[in-house]
Amino acid sequence: MIQTLEQFDTYVAEEKKIEPKDWMPDGYRKTLIRQISQHAHSEIVGMLPEGNWITRAPSLQRKAILLAKVQDEAGHGLYLYSAAETLGVERSDLVDDLLSGKAKYSSIFNYPVLTWADIGAIGWLVDGAAIMNQVPLCRCSYGPYSRAMIRVCKEESFHQRQGYSIMVELMKGNKAQREMAQDALDRWWWPSLMMFGPSDKDSEHSSQNMKWKIKRFTNDELRQRMVDMTVPQAECIGLKMPDKELKWNEDTGHHDFGEIDWDEFYNVLEGNGPCNKERLAVRNKAHDDGAWVREAAVAYAEKKQKKRA
Amino acid sequence: MSDTKNNWPLWEVFIRSKQGLGHKHAGSLHASDAEMAIGNARDVYTRRQEGVSIWVVPSESISASSPDDSEALFDPANDKVYRHPTFFVLPDEVNHM
Repeated sequence: MIQTLEQFDTYVAEEKKIEPKDWMPDGYRKTLIRQISQHAHSEIVGMLPEGNWITRAPSLQRKAILLAKVQDEAGHGLYLYSAAETLGVERSDLVDDLLSGKAKYSSIFNYPVLTWADIGAIGWLVDGAAIMNQVPLCRCSYGPYSRAMIRVCKEESFHQRQGYSIMVELMKGNKAQREMAQDALDRWWWPSLMMFGPSDKDSEHSSQNMKWKIKRFTNDELRQRMVDMTVPQAECIGLKMPDKELKWNEDTGHHDFGEIDWDEFYNVLEGNGPCNKERLAVRNKAHDDGAWVREAAVAYAEKKQKKRA
Repeated sequence: MSDTKNNWPLWEVFIRSKQGLGHKHAGSLHASDAEMAIGNARDVYTRRQEGVSIWVVPSESISASSPDDSEALFDPANDKVYRHPTFFVLPDEVNHM
């Protein structure tokens, strides 16, 4: 049984899992609530940029695939909200924080989705980066988060492959189609690398979260992996990375790459990205428009219960 | 069942992955009644043929043991190693029992 901070630290250091009713430090609980709910919000807001393209998918099959992917994102959001709730928060409070703009979600969804190739780039790069982040979270010390991540990761690799297959198909197409694919990569590459968060030297939460085994690798380590994994995938289908400084480094066994535009990163984070306002407005409208449905369902359940009594 | 914010109650979801296996806890979700909970559980937890049967239980109906009682509940089993067959050493001549 865990009763003190010392016992907690030892327990976690031994790679044992913490479950909802176990004693845990306030900071651990707060960090997890913040991280898991932000993660859930990202899944929910992440449906918006892709949802816009469901009706414009180029074939019935692509439409069915995209629909399934967006439905998965909703599912991922729901697994995560229920994991957050095991820490003693109410789902409606978490949702309110998203709708009021108090809570953050992944900045990547504040970029516009201009062409069908963007749907390819999002699956390939954005879901690719998400997988890179989420695989280590399957071993997170908090049981419910770890279990949710295992489910999410199983489903996420379909998302990445469907995106890459859109790029593969476009690159087999005519000049305009190939240019469309290259343009999507040019716009999504840097924001995807920003998904790993600030550079290690500026990351405020890293070391404590490593000790608590919420985080396993630093932002820069994961970002490097993303670059090393993606470069050959781009080359293989004839796409060029939009980074003049990108080159293979024989000594380190990794790719060197250019500096991220951190001003852009912080600017989007603070709410000034191209779509921050639109995303929140759409989410709020959907929530408000659905209010009568939620109320009607409760009224119906209460009426049925009275009849039975 | 609902508070001022019209919160739908929380349900725990249990899924039988195939005939012959027991229902296993899959997670939780919100729904206004049992019928909706089953419908939502189908969408949230069985999009890839993970189940052939679903149970939903209002979370507030579940009574759970507390970690504080785990010593009292589970430790007494520690000193009863003879409950495991490997406690008993067989003569070399007896290979299977």
